Amino acid sequence: MSSHSRDPQRDQLLSILVHDEPKVLTRITALFGRRGYNIKSLSVGQTEHPGISRMTIVVNGDRGVVEQAIKQLERLIDVVKVIDHSLEKFVDRELVLVKVAITPETRVEVRQIAEDFRTRIVDVGRHALTFEVTGDEGKITAFIEQMRPFGILETMRTGRIALTRGSNADIATHVYHDGETQTLKPVVEGVEAREERARHVPNLF
Amino acid sequence: MTGAKALWATLANHGITTVFGYPGGAIMPVYDALTFYPEVRHILTRHEQGAAHAAEGWAKATGQLGVCMATSGPGATNLVTGLADAMLDSVPLLAITGNVARHLMGTDAFQEADITGITLPITKHNFVVREVEDIPRVLSEAIYIARTGRPGPVLVDIPKDVQLAAFHGELLPPLPRRDALKPAPEVVERAQEVLRSARRPVMMLGGGALDAAQEVTQLARAWNVPVSTTLMGLGAFPASDPLWLGMPGMHGSVAANRAISDADVLLSIGMRFDDRVTGRVNGFAPHAQIIHVELDAAEIGKIVRTHVPVRGDAKETARALLAGAARLEHPEWDAQIAEWKSRTQTPDHWGAGYAIKAVCDRLTPDDILSSDVGQHQMIAAQEARFEKPRRWLNSGGLGTMGFGFPAAIGAALAEPGVRSVVIAGDGGFQMTAQELATLKHANIRNVKICIVNNSFLGMVRQWQELFHEKRYSEVWLGDSNPDFVKLAAAYDVPAYRATTADDLPAAIDAWLDDPNSALLEVVVPNEHGVFPMVPAGAALYEMIETEPGRTPDLSDEMEKAAEEANNA
Ligand SMILES: Cc1ncc(C[n+]2csc(CCOP(=O)(O)OP(=O)(O)O)c2C)c(N)n1
Repeated sequence: MSSHSRDPQRDQLLSILVHDEPKVLTRITALFGRRGYNIKSLSVGQTEHPGISRMTIVVNGDRGVVEQAIKQLERLIDVVKVIDHSLEKFVDRELVLVKVAITPETRVEVRQIAEDFRTRIVDVGRHALTFEVTGDEGKITAFIEQMRPFGILETMRTGRIALTRGSNADIATHVYHDGETQTLKPVVEGVEAREERARHVPNLF
Repeated sequence: MTGAKALWATLANHGITTVFGYPGGAIMPVYDALTFYPEVRHILTRHEQGAAHAAEGWAKATGQLGVCMATSGPGATNLVTGLADAMLDSVPLLAITGNVARHLMGTDAFQEADITGITLPITKHNFVVREVEDIPRVLSEAIYIARTGRPGPVLVDIPKDVQLAAFHGELLPPLPRRDALKPAPEVVERAQEVLRSARRPVMMLGGGALDAAQEVTQLARAWNVPVSTTLMGLGAFPASDPLWLGMPGMHGSVAANRAISDADVLLSIGMRFDDRVTGRVNGFAPHAQIIHVELDAAEIGKIVRTHVPVRGDAKETARALLAGAARLEHPEWDAQIAEWKSRTQTPDHWGAGYAIKAVCDRLTPDDILSSDVGQHQMIAAQEARFEKPRRWLNSGGLGTMGFGFPAAIGAALAEPGVRSVVIAGDGGFQMTAQELATLKHANIRNVKICIVNNSFLGMVRQWQELFHEKRYSEVWLGDSNPDFVKLAAAYDVPAYRATTADDLPAAIDAWLDDPNSALLEVVVPNEHGVFPMVPAGAALYEMIETEPGRTPDLSDEMEKAAEEANNA
């Protein structure tokens, strides 16, 4: 690890496809925790494939940290695939709820700024408005910065979610003529898929 | 058929003949069903840790899967040390635990422990079987995972009601084994290019090379590359070969550590650059281009910078590298190595080293030698000469005291025709001494126990001597050790004792010639150290080659290491 330590620290975005088994989240977070890698955000949800969940993790660290994390993740039996978003173009979004303090004098201005950011008002209180903002990190940070002078009472962020751009799916998928999709099943499910995948980890890095 | 019977039927289908275990409430249905499966032999150890290490000993000696079993809660947690040990040494191990019934799980029921949660970081994978029909599939997958790729321990936890439930599913055949991973041809070419340029080459072999011993030996001879085998890799290359340098690392040989430090090309196969092997990482093989052959991608580049990372099976890769072999001539390097080798000192006065050498000299290449953990382990690693792989059983990664004796039992059962010798310290032996009873229970006659009794937790004492100004804190056992000969007698195990160099040969004869498993206690002077030694935090080339005498004259590096140890 020491050999990588001069690289700059930055946010790294990973997507992980996992079998939806008990403790899978623990396995993954424990792996990061044990090595002292700090997870900045983590979001998990089901995918279109039964039994398979997708998580997006943001880790702060240098490339060495992320490469080691990916290789360790690859060893987990429940992990179907790890996608390193720094290697390909991707789209990412985050949803944030922001509760901003208002007074009769600031109310109009706050609403105007929120409109410029195309946010939605999801709750109206006597002394506060709650906005729903979606977007990439830049937009969300900019919105929060604009609102800060008025007084931010609370925020909650979902964490980033990401997909690679283009028409390839991250799991080999068959699309039927009626639009239905199905995962292409490996011969011996799970174990074989993992071994097959392990085979294709590049030899040179 | 019940789930419990499906379990035994599946194990039998996988060719499993021996299981080490200990019963209890939450696994009683499995023990009940056992009586219907005489083709599987259950060995009742006297502690679950003993069962786990015995299964490891079986696996380490044969390369085949070891199986152990325990009840829920305390039974399961007693397996933990063995699982962690198997994880760090990549041992194929299947652990089966009972658990409380499904409706009680999560309620802190009697003898409930979240064993899958507890063992998450120390198993390759683990499972809870929630439906009885899943028993054969989960066991097959568990066995497959334990044996495939880089081997490791897998735990399968089965609630009691699942063991009891009626099973109507299918008994599955074992999953097909996969082909070994072949390295990419362009990487092999690059490795060969680098090898060809070498003027001071060294090869390092770890536990991952054991099953490729023949291939790596051919490879080293064809390229004419000197070889160092790690603690885990001893036996992957014949010790009698002039190319052998000995073991590297903290208690490695002068020749191995000096050669690695001066090498210009280092070809390492199936090893993971443990800190006991590398010493200070930024001082490790500072002049070498490193070619790292590994099956597990996560090991490549983890500790040291690798110039040619080769992902592949050791056997396949050794074959591929052999195909383009070009014999390297390096007379100056050979001369230098010969000089380093000549610095090796053989123990010539009475003490642990002298006794262990005498025992090792009596071993044949077929004998299996296990060791426990401590000074005696490092001395045995230095003195024993292995010609074949899987004759040296050790707790390398975890350094588990109490490992040696039960591991020797496991190996003795795996290979009843072979002598299974264990060298243990007076400290570590007492951690699993209760397994003396297992010898009688399973009628095991080929275990030979040698206790090197220095009345100290010797290795800790050595560090206290060197780095803590001889403050011998809680390491003296002399006032409270049992009479080991009487202890053995209590278990009906014949025992012998030697207390001087003159006694030793006759005692060894009597001990080895005894038709039964037998114990030999060797009482040695208590303030000896193991040298050479690379102090923790120092580089391999900063090794202390010989025992510094009773008042060590600390070099600058050692002062620094001592300071670090004190601050840690
Ligand atoms: C379970 C466990 N506890 C503690 C240690 C730390 N430790 C390493 S070596 C050692 C001393 C071993 O003493 P003994 O078994 O008498 O062997 P000797 O070093 O004297 O040959 C100790 C306590 C360990 N490795 N394992």
